[in-house]
Amino acid sequence: MSDDDGIRLSDDQKRRQRGRSIAIGLALAGLVVLFYVVTLVKMGPGVLDKGMY
Amino acid sequence: MGEGPHRHQAGTYSRLPAEWTRTGSGPRTRKTCLMSLAEIQDTPLDETGFGGGQGEVGDYIALLKPRVMSLVIFTAFVGMLIAPGGIHPVLGAVAILCIAIGAGASGALNMWYDADIDAVMSRTKGRPVPAGKVTAQEALVFGLTLSAFSVLVLGLTVNWLAAGLLAFTIFFYAVIYTMWLKRATPQNIVIGGAAGAFPPMIGWAAVTGDISVESVVLFLIIFMWTPPHFWALSLFKRGDYESARIPMLPVVAGEDATRRQILAYSVLLAPVGVAPALLGFASPVYGAIAAVLGVAFVWYAVKVFREREGDAARKASVQLFKFSLLYLFLVFALLLGDSLFAALFSGGFA
Repeated sequence: MSDDDGIRLSDDQKRRQRGRSIAIGLALAGLVVLFYVVTLVKMGPGVLDKGMY
Repeated sequence: MGEGPHRHQAGTYSRLPAEWTRTGSGPRTRKTCLMSLAEIQDTPLDETGFGGGQGEVGDYIALLKPRVMSLVIFTAFVGMLIAPGGIHPVLGAVAILCIAIGAGASGALNMWYDADIDAVMSRTKGRPVPAGKVTAQEALVFGLTLSAFSVLVLGLTVNWLAAGLLAFTIFFYAVIYTMWLKRATPQNIVIGGAAGAFPPMIGWAAVTGDISVESVVLFLIIFMWTPPHFWALSLFKRGDYESARIPMLPVVAGEDATRRQILAYSVLLAPVGVAPALLGFASPVYGAIAAVLGVAFVWYAVKVFREREGDAARKASVQLFKFSLLYLFLVFALLLGDSLFAALFSGGFA
């Protein structure tokens, strides 16, 4: 495949695509952090005391 | 808005309003259908007629209606803070985030469906879809995705009553208001206003897990406030709604009827604004200030009712519109201040 095949994005389109990709990445990372923190909060301070013995 | 050289020149969307059908299901330009894959691959993206993948991050943020969202965040926050009992600050923040994203999602769904009429009105023609920055389908998918995520996350992290209320709010705004009532009845604003009135109720439900008289009163304050607020706007933006053929009250029933109804709802709003003090979940100080604000609201509505000609009439409706914004902000800010004050005196947050 040469560079001329397929859909070609202009530089401006690439810039906007990159911006969107970064935003989606940040949103996903934010969700990961959110679920992590919520899990800690939900389990509460007693999380280390339970159920081992 | 970053009018890049590649952005609109091919006119993927500049020809949109003429070809747009009322279904709002997205532009299907004839050119796209008739082109073979080989032709499409030989064509720069702007000329294929797909036109997707053009939006900037800011365009997607605009789809969330950030100004409406800020009001939603504020009222939901107040509902949450004045509710009895407490919520873990992290969970409270997650709940506010979900409510805000859910409200934004319904805004995106609204802009997906309403792109045809938004393109006609001066106030809305710069929105991402009619301006050709985001396709209708992108707005739809964006709105649906955020709706699902906001409701699920709220349900999983806080409680399912709040999540259910949020889902109902999104459904109410996107389907009942946007798709059905807005184009069908001059009472569109009254019933559509309910969607805007839910957030404090959701905030309350996030804390208590129930619906109570108090949260219904918070709902009613915004519910009664919405008609005079938007009808005042529609009085001085009447031409817009006419050209978009939206049956706003001044267009359908005439300006006199609108002025009567503005006054009627204002008279109903004033006591509802005082109700939190009468029901005992706000202090008499709140009640006194809310009463003064309510009287002022009615006074501005009376001015709109009396001034019916020319510049004075326009000025009166602009004044009522601006005061209505101030009124809602102050009432909720006072409720918030009131409960913080009470919490301080009762020795900390309940």
